[in-house]
Amino acid sequence: MANVRVENLAKRFDEVVAVDGISLEARDREFTVFLGPSGSGKTTTLRAIAGLEQPDAGDIYIDDRRVNALPPADRDIAFVFQFYALYPHMTVYDNLAFPLRAVHMARAEIDERVREVAQVLRIEPTLKRKPAKLSGGEQQRVALGRAMVRRPKVFLMDEPLTNLDAKLRAEMRARLKRDQTDLGATTIYVTHDQVEAMSMGDRIAVMDQGKLLQVGSPEEVYDHPANLFVAGFIGSPAMNLINCSLGSEGDQPALVVPGSPLSVTIASDVAERVESARERLVLGIRPEDVHLSRESRPGWIAAEVYVTEPLGAETIVDLRVGDGDGAPMLRARTLPTFRAAIGEAIWIEFDRERMHCFDRESGQAIT
Amino acid sequence: MNGRIKSGLALAAIGLVLVIYLLPIYWIVATSLKEYSDILARPPKFVFAPTLRNYVSLLLVPGEGLHATPFAARLLNSVIIASLSTIFAVAMGTMTAYAFSRFRTRGQGDWQFFILSTRMLPPVVVVIPIFLMYRALGLFDTHAGLIVLYTAFNVSFAVWLLKGFMDEIPKEYEEAALVDGYSRLQAFVRVVLPQAVAGIAATSVFCLITAWNEFAFALVLTQNTAQTAPPYIPSVVGSGATEWGRIAAGTVLFLLPVAVFTFVMRKHLLRGATFGALKR
Repeated sequence: MANVRVENLAKRFDEVVAVDGISLEARDREFTVFLGPSGSGKTTTLRAIAGLEQPDAGDIYIDDRRVNALPPADRDIAFVFQFYALYPHMTVYDNLAFPLRAVHMARAEIDERVREVAQVLRIEPTLKRKPAKLSGGEQQRVALGRAMVRRPKVFLMDEPLTNLDAKLRAEMRARLKRDQTDLGATTIYVTHDQVEAMSMGDRIAVMDQGKLLQVGSPEEVYDHPANLFVAGFIGSPAMNLINCSLGSEGDQPALVVPGSPLSVTIASDVAERVESARERLVLGIRPEDVHLSRESRPGWIAAEVYVTEPLGAETIVDLRVGDGDGAPMLRARTLPTFRAAIGEAIWIEFDRERMHCFDRESGQAIT
Repeated sequence: MNGRIKSGLALAAIGLVLVIYLLPIYWIVATSLKEYSDILARPPKFVFAPTLRNYVSLLLVPGEGLHATPFAARLLNSVIIASLSTIFAVAMGTMTAYAFSRFRTRGQGDWQFFILSTRMLPPVVVVIPIFLMYRALGLFDTHAGLIVLYTAFNVSFAVWLLKGFMDEIPKEYEEAALVDGYSRLQAFVRVVLPQAVAGIAATSVFCLITAWNEFAFALVLTQNTAQTAPPYIPSVVGSGATEWGRIAAGTVLFLLPVAVFTFVMRKHLLRGATFGALKR
């Protein structure tokens, strides 16, 4: 197994900048996720690592060896495509054997490897069939098998679960994570689905518009988003982001929303740090960090229930703070037993430890 | 109107169309099997004693046993020239179409237009200059001369038709082969070609028919050694009494190879006729 390092990678297609100077490392035996919306450059970066895309600038290292000039065949990688790309004119067996035949492996050894992989992925009964005769889940496993059979240094996967139905996707997510850990296989996985990223990744690289915005463990990107984009992209429902400015409440510094009763006192050291961006602050608070109370408490903010969404395992409450069209809206996540009528008065409080401040102009977190 | 009458009417209409389309073919086949007196009979005879005399005299020189007649030699020329030019045109067309479909090259649009533009003039317009060129180059009345010409003529058609097929083959298949350890050429041969079979077959049929039927160039650029069947058959008309029986027999023999080839390829032809309209 091996690590993969990308340095200052850049790629443009005609006038569109796909990758704009990305540097990152996928560590040995780790599951690295490239997460971002479409057009973020995640797939282009992955394809450049595979050698399917020639970068305009930058270097790619696999196992500390520069591979820019190597064709895909010589990079010792396997690639799982979003649409699987199983060879339609070959049987499942031949699809699995195809990468082994490229290196002229002995027939008996090919047979042994193919059957072993087929057994692990439970696709033995399909070996004699053509891909068109398989279910989506089976096709997906054959695509994985074709990647595994070669025992490559690195697995590259481009949204491999996107075309499965929700139930199968959840099942495969767990399987894939477990298999990856068991094999100790360095894996780079591209997805736009933050649930996949959070659930499978050892480390997540969040990208947008060709730029790398943050790299970290799922906990890091969730608990300490480096900027507004990461804060808004990761988590469902998304983090509440409220435009505010630095003011005061009594003699204490506070984040205030002009024209609204929303005002949150902050410690003086926090106030010092946000001072430089005082008029252009964004307060970030995750829905689960918004506490609710049915009666007024000292320091809590009066709000009104806009709508409730009981989801079974939890209830999402949409709240409005203050009157008028411009009044800030907030979402809170609370117990499944919580029930409230539309328009009901409610009091809220933010978990001070888990509040985030961002500079609206630069988008960067202020910590 | 109930369904029965409807389908009855439809059958009658189909029958009528078939009669109109097939009557000339029937007439040619029947004429080729008739004695000379039956051919000229009025009213035309539908019942007659069939004979193979026309075929025999067309293909065998009387008395000398196995010796190629002029017609047999022409038919063989047609087979050689049409099949070789088809193979060359389709082979080059397949690779060119693949390149146009997969790679961005400088001036790609201009190249594609240039290839298409070779078909913009009617062949008759250029036949005299080409005749002079061929005479100077020693290509007049040679197999190679017609093969080169038909290949050039068909390759533009093959490129454009095949590019449509190539565009339909998702590029992920080759990319999968590339990461699976194969070179670009190996990926092309082992993954792209098997999926382009239908397109290649359809293109081959069209190219073969064009080369097989070509008349104007063959008439002007060949005389004897390399002459194909199309200019030869009508030349029989002019010599002495018009031998309708032999002309008909020649026509039937000329029709047969392409008819068989097209029939063999009919599955792919259907696919070829609807190319671009099918999803993978």
